Amino acid sequence: MAQMISVSLTVNGKPQTVKAHPDTPLLWVLRENLKLTGTKFGCGMSLCGACTVHIDGKPAFSCIQQIQYLEGKRVTTIEGLSPDSSHPVQKAWIAEQVPQCGYCQSGQIMRAAGLLSENPRPTRDEIVEYMKFHICRCGAYRRIVAAVERAAQEG
Amino acid sequence: MTPNVHDGLKIDRRRFLGYSGGLALGFVVLPNGLLRVIDAQAATAGTSLNAWVHIATDGTTSIMLPSSEMGQGIMTSLPLLVAEELDADWSRVKVVQAGVNPAFNNPVHFNIQGIGGSRSIRGYWLPMRLAGANARYQLMANAAERWGVPVEECGTTPGKVVHRASGRELSYGEIAAFAKVRSDLLPLAEKDLAPRAQWRLIGKDVPRVEVPSKVNGTATFGIDVQLPGMLYASILRPPVATCPFPLYNTGAENGPVSVEDSEALKIEGVVKVVKLDHGVAVIGSDYWATVKGKRALKVEWRKGSVGSRYNTEAKLAEFGRAASDLSQQGRRLLWNTGNAEDAFKGASKVVSALYLNDHVHHACMEPFNGTGWLRNGELDLWLPTQGQTWSRDVGMKLTGLPAEKVRVHTTLLGGGFGAKVELVYAGEAAALAKAVEGTPVKVIWSREDDIRHGAYRPATAQFLRAAIAPDGRVSGWHHRLAGDSVAQRSRSFVMERLKGFDAVVIVGASTPYAIPNKLHEYLHQDSGIPVGYWNAVGNGYTTFAVESFVDEVAAALGKDPLALRLELLTDARNKGILEAVARMAEWERKRPADRALGLAFSHGGEWNAPTAEIAEVSVDRATGAIKVHKVWVAIDPAVAVQPGHLRQQIETGVVWGWSAALRERITIRDGEVQQSNFHDYLVPRMHEIPDIEIRIVESGVVQPSGAGQIGVPPVAPAIANAVARLTGVRLRAIPMLPERVKVALAEGASRVA
Repeated sequence: MAQMISVSLTVNGKPQTVKAHPDTPLLWVLRENLKLTGTKFGCGMSLCGACTVHIDGKPAFSCIQQIQYLEGKRVTTIEGLSPDSSHPVQKAWIAEQVPQCGYCQSGQIMRAAGLLSENPRPTRDEIVEYMKFHICRCGAYRRIVAAVERAAQEG
Repeated sequence: MTPNVHDGLKIDRRRFLGYSGGLALGFVVLPNGLLRVIDAQAATAGTSLNAWVHIATDGTTSIMLPSSEMGQGIMTSLPLLVAEELDADWSRVKVVQAGVNPAFNNPVHFNIQGIGGSRSIRGYWLPMRLAGANARYQLMANAAERWGVPVEECGTTPGKVVHRASGRELSYGEIAAFAKVRSDLLPLAEKDLAPRAQWRLIGKDVPRVEVPSKVNGTATFGIDVQLPGMLYASILRPPVATCPFPLYNTGAENGPVSVEDSEALKIEGVVKVVKLDHGVAVIGSDYWATVKGKRALKVEWRKGSVGSRYNTEAKLAEFGRAASDLSQQGRRLLWNTGNAEDAFKGASKVVSALYLNDHVHHACMEPFNGTGWLRNGELDLWLPTQGQTWSRDVGMKLTGLPAEKVRVHTTLLGGGFGAKVELVYAGEAAALAKAVEGTPVKVIWSREDDIRHGAYRPATAQFLRAAIAPDGRVSGWHHRLAGDSVAQRSRSFVMERLKGFDAVVIVGASTPYAIPNKLHEYLHQDSGIPVGYWNAVGNGYTTFAVESFVDEVAAALGKDPLALRLELLTDARNKGILEAVARMAEWERKRPADRALGLAFSHGGEWNAPTAEIAEVSVDRATGAIKVHKVWVAIDPAVAVQPGHLRQQIETGVVWGWSAALRERITIRDGEVQQSNFHDYLVPRMHEIPDIEIRIVESGVVQPSGAGQIGVPPVAPAIANAVARLTGVRLRAIPMLPERVKVALAEGASRVA
């Protein structure tokens, strides 16, 4: 008996139809069906932010977004943030040499990009308030804040 | 321009050696530690795999990375050591992840390939610089021969050999087109290496080679490995914490007795259920199908193991009784001097205290995972591992294949912190690859698997006492530690060598304090719970005990904590680092009444990086919450190969030290870990961490050091010492949870009353 369903959505500007169990989190569809492995698994419970993507332009935890509810949605992943790492947040991340192990950074970058699209000139407190849902186990937090500030200035 | 990174996935060693033409240089380590250069392309298949350096005719210089990049920047700083001596054009350097080969063994890490203990720079500091220097010498000799001039008249500028007298020059790529490996050249020695003043790359920050791949999603961690037709696997694990070390044990004591898998097999995408010794694997076409399959399994688990009787609080109390009971003798193998028993007999005063620490967990952002592919009598393993050689050995053990038929491809690691010396996921990848022979399979641990089945930092009890002689000097020091053994579980050959003294667990108890009579004892406990390496492992809690106790002794003597330490230290480097941090934090300056400073020191032991830290704290007496406003760090790393990496590592260490001091805690009831994910295993977040100020002190010493973990150990005692100076109450258990602080403050108040 077929248990999987087909869902059509747009990922990084490209229409895609995927087949998966209805409750499959978007995270695994991106990583396995679409081979977009830049989006990371960290907790599966929206506690760490490593899986953050944009759904219809807003940051979202892809580990709790079931594919059955995403028909027609527009998803952007780290791979689609810019064609050549030229997004101001990506440039700032390199300039500040933010990543250590780097595993959480796709999520951090997608969240920071979301912040700057909502609030192009955030204060330091606003940055921390917006970013604090994301765990960086290497504790690169000070550099993350510095990079968001840089992206806001140079973006 | 930054160098390109080629990881083990995109380019394997055969392709690396398969460059057409160019110069591939391998090195044979001679008994005297010098390197003999060999032509790695001409050598036989077995030895040809050890080409450390390849120079292509277009000048691209490929350098092997023998270690694991887990965030510490080693993918940049090790190849940079070769590039420094080779005088390579850094913008033309490519880093290639090495496969398993004895040529890449780390001489200070069990002489195997793998990393832990902050040993990458220390292990490869000399061999990689010698490799670069010998490679440069080969290029110069070839150019000199072509020009018909003595090699002594030649020199280099980055990427070129130059003949000073005639102004002629040849690029490394041009030389590579005609060069022959000259076996007549004498191996260069350490004295032939560039002096510090000439360093071009060492000590100067260059952009990290892998950072560009970490901002656009192209970095390949273990969990990202993609292979054609790959299957996925999830493993249902026992209720009791189970993390076998597959070279020595299987975890069968808690494993499945019977498995009912009919419901699981009805789930679309589930391919197979495999009973393992320590769990039950569900293999499927996608990860989510395997998760659903795992939820549908019904498993009866084996009961009655030693670990299943483990209860954290009762165990710690038991360890505390063992540590405090002087009639129980422990193992006394290392670091002892004089005669401590006599010192205590002759003491006019004895100070003593018992310190406790709970288990903590790594919670790497990338959970354990591994990919295996067994086909045509060969096994490939893709692993985010800190243990290349031993992962290969696990693959051999589980498949029966010989060493040359097992390949380990090291991916990037999404955090390591000592967790990824564990081999359990290599074993699972190998076992599952065997179960679906011919097809690649990737096993992924859930976060719940990760937190409930880790290799936790040991929980320990430490009893310390100090003898004060009639003249007021500290004449005796006695440190007794009771806890489970990391070495027993995962390095039993080391445990045997040290006759039951687990240096991993008690490391950090050794101090440079000039106390004439010292005795260190390890009381080995065996509680059946997996304990393992952690960021600074034993140094974390032993430094908490030692440095808290130094302050307790200072208080008993009526001395300033800084003054007592300076009195007890003899080495100028150690004293200098304490004085440096005291200046940074203005130790003498009076703080507001609700704040205080605390100090702690770590000489760093084998890390050769003395470090001192001062914490400024306040305490919310109503809640018991400790707030750390700032941490000052002074470190003398001898040589900071990449100062920026060093600062990152120290910050990581302070954040981990802060977290282990105040909050992180794994608790176990009847063998079952009570935490499961980031909602109940709390790791530091952006809005919580203290301000951190770091000073790198260059004392002029040129020696390799290891700075990966040194930031951690002084944090907890600095905080505890600050709280004691602020409140008069001594906290002797980490984490210093608010509820514990409240109780201690109340007890302190009643004692004063």
